[in-house]
Amino acid sequence: MGRYWSLLFLLVPVLGTALFVVAYDEHSRPLLNHWFPKDVSEYGHVIDNLFMVILWLTGAVFIGTQLTLVWFMWKYEANVSNEPAKFTHGSHNIEVIWTVIPAATLLFIAIYQLNAWADTKVREPNNPGMTVEVVGRQFEWRLRYPGPDKRFDTPDDLFSVNELHVPVDEDILVHLKSSDVLHDFFLPNLRVKQDAVPGMKIPVWFRATEEGVFDLVCAELCGWGHYKMKGLLRVESREAYNAYLAELKKQQHLSAMTVGEDES
Amino acid sequence: MSTASTVDPHNQASGGHAPGGVSHFIWTYVFSRDHKIIGLQFLFSTLIWFLIGGLLALAVRWQVAWPWGEGAPFGIQGMPVLGNLFFAEQGGQISPEFYTMLFTMHATVMIFFVIIPILAGAFGNYLIPLMIGADDMAFPTLNMLSYWFMWPAFMVMTAAFFVEGGGPAAGWTSYPPLSVLTEAAPGSGAGQTCWLVGITLVGISSMMGSVNYLTTILQMRAPGMTMFRLPLTIWSMFITAVLQAFALPVLTAAGVMQLTDRLIGTGFFLPDGATANNMPLATGGGQPLLWQHLFWFYSHPAVYIMILPAMGMVSDIISCFARKPIFGYKPMVYSIAGIAGLGFVVWGHHMFVSGMNPFLGMTFMVATMMIALPSAIKVFNWLGTIWSGKLLFSTPMLFALSFVSMFIIGGLSGIFMAATPVDIFIHDTYFIVAHFHYVLFAGTAMGVFGAIYFWFPKMFGRMMNESWGKLHFFLTFLFLNGTFFPMHILGVVGFPRRLADAYQYEVFHNLKPMNEFITWCAIGMVAAQVVFFANFFYSIFRGKKVGRNPWGANGLEWTAPSPPGHGNFDFQPIVYRGPYEYASPEVDTDFYPQTQPPPEETIPVGIPEAEPVAST
Repeated sequence: MGRYWSLLFLLVPVLGTALFVVAYDEHSRPLLNHWFPKDVSEYGHVIDNLFMVILWLTGAVFIGTQLTLVWFMWKYEANVSNEPAKFTHGSHNIEVIWTVIPAATLLFIAIYQLNAWADTKVREPNNPGMTVEVVGRQFEWRLRYPGPDKRFDTPDDLFSVNELHVPVDEDILVHLKSSDVLHDFFLPNLRVKQDAVPGMKIPVWFRATEEGVFDLVCAELCGWGHYKMKGLLRVESREAYNAYLAELKKQQHLSAMTVGEDES
Repeated sequence: MSTASTVDPHNQASGGHAPGGVSHFIWTYVFSRDHKIIGLQFLFSTLIWFLIGGLLALAVRWQVAWPWGEGAPFGIQGMPVLGNLFFAEQGGQISPEFYTMLFTMHATVMIFFVIIPILAGAFGNYLIPLMIGADDMAFPTLNMLSYWFMWPAFMVMTAAFFVEGGGPAAGWTSYPPLSVLTEAAPGSGAGQTCWLVGITLVGISSMMGSVNYLTTILQMRAPGMTMFRLPLTIWSMFITAVLQAFALPVLTAAGVMQLTDRLIGTGFFLPDGATANNMPLATGGGQPLLWQHLFWFYSHPAVYIMILPAMGMVSDIISCFARKPIFGYKPMVYSIAGIAGLGFVVWGHHMFVSGMNPFLGMTFMVATMMIALPSAIKVFNWLGTIWSGKLLFSTPMLFALSFVSMFIIGGLSGIFMAATPVDIFIHDTYFIVAHFHYVLFAGTAMGVFGAIYFWFPKMFGRMMNESWGKLHFFLTFLFLNGTFFPMHILGVVGFPRRLADAYQYEVFHNLKPMNEFITWCAIGMVAAQVVFFANFFYSIFRGKKVGRNPWGANGLEWTAPSPPGHGNFDFQPIVYRGPYEYASPEVDTDFYPQTQPPPEETIPVGIPEAEPVAST
């Protein structure tokens, strides 16, 4: 086959780019739905955009290097190339160029993203609209709302399992814990992911911008039932959320007589 | 060829041992202390384990495409073979805990029993003395022991499937508390203990190997073989051995700590106040994150242990079949060293969302971005090497070039995960699965295939069949990309790894057809290896016989007989230059062996002349 082997290698950039284009393209995206899940958070687009910046940069390098490889394979195959192999051990200048340019690009990416990281993991909201404690436990999510006094560990704490209600357009602060093994609190539609570690209380925050029901996924292997540790995030208006809390309180009041202390 | 070179390898191989009988056979081929026999033992064993690991992967893929066997093709109920073997009474449907054991064992076998030992054990052993002009390793007995620790390790690991509760089920990373609490998962019982013992034995084997490689490379080079005349294969093996020697003790210590947590009630990795099965823990006061730090302090350098030797071997193959010196030899060496050095300070990038201090995450992020740099330099130098060469697309060359092509993908996808905010979303999704399979399978395994085709004539004195080799390459190349490339897209959707059935989630519901496609490609990829195995075993006995230097290569190993006898060289190799002097204007041939004296000098008696290049 000789130089025609290069065509096999050409399939890599061609099909690889095509797959990403089809997945990303506005027209085919709703059809295939093989791209980022719908973003319903205030901050998710920052992560998506950062992904796109890196995709453009790496995509250019990907296509450039792959095509160079294919081109060299096509051009310098022994039977077609009449010129003798060039006897060279390299070039200092070229080495410097292809060291400095990638280094600068990588440094740019590194610095460019620092702010987003700080916003998502360091700068905790000062005055969250609501705080909730989420405790991972094989294989369910235990939720605790602070009740009207907005403080935990008081008698008016409200408990629930797997279905997290939050008000829309408010900063939500989650105290993430685990009672047994590692779990991971993953909200694909809000670009939120954080491991829950027993013995630690980890703050997680987000702000949902759209009402609806969204998946809460456990994304850290936690045992045989890991796949079914499924929760729901229900984003609703402030009124509906308050009504939900009131309902929760009523139910808890009824069952408080029969069920003993549950401290989870 | 001089008369001194006609040596019968079998007579040579038995040199120094009592001749004849069963004990002769045992000491020559079983408990051999000859680095070549040990290398081949490693090669055969790791190929068997490769097959096992591949079949485990298919089982994992089957479950991902058709959870619980639902909708499987041809009306197959449950999981083929494995399902009927273990779960006949449930109609062959595998259990969710068995699924966790499957992916745990797939990764464990592939990493600890295939990739690391096939690079360091098989090729390290076989090539190091030959390529530096030594007659054997510095410590032959230690070398033998390093191989014979592998089988007990594998036995213990396999036994895990048959103990109560079944195999280890905490992933190959064995994160506590899941791995420590026997109540936390079925496989966290005796199976996890077996896993820890097995890993420790593998570690002992690797440690004995690395001490040996370091000493041999530093002390036993032939006259004239300066460090900067070493082939890049040897440089990469040397730096890999350094990584092993410094990182492995940490894993061993961490493994022992986990073992004592499990067996004698220490609490290194168990926090206060946790529960398991509604029961408070007996011990506490530890930290689950401590394991992650210790584990990745080894296992991040280990991912370079799993790629650097392949990079080295690919450099040798590319230079040989481009008939041109490697572009930027010293930058290549420095990049290997740079990767190794930075490799020790980036382990935290596995832990961006683990609960580690986010400020620490920033430091690890910057270091991780920088480690992409030496990898990029290597890619550019490979491209520089084939530029203006005279390329010969032999099977080893095709595999080596595919290494470059695939490593570009694996390297670039790493940048996404190095970017901490992006990692929040794609962490533990199929994006990372795509990334490390592009580096480890599409990269290292393809490089290893190339190395097998390349050095096979040296190992067995016969060629592998080129047509079958190219068919093997063609099928593997197509199917591996069909398998791993779409995984990037799954990752962009957020599709998590290690879920036995992800389609119950609304966001992942529509990903089933893509996963079925991937599984079909994976089946094709494993099936394509039949071509390789047939070619490999057929060629050992029936391949075309060749002389010392069928490829017209420069390295020292090509001046030894094929296969080399005990003691390797039938003359004292003296090295005059580096290993990449192809197309040198000093000589008429397009290659210039390291042992060939410069033209103005008289040729000493006893050094075999170069042979003509065989047709490829």
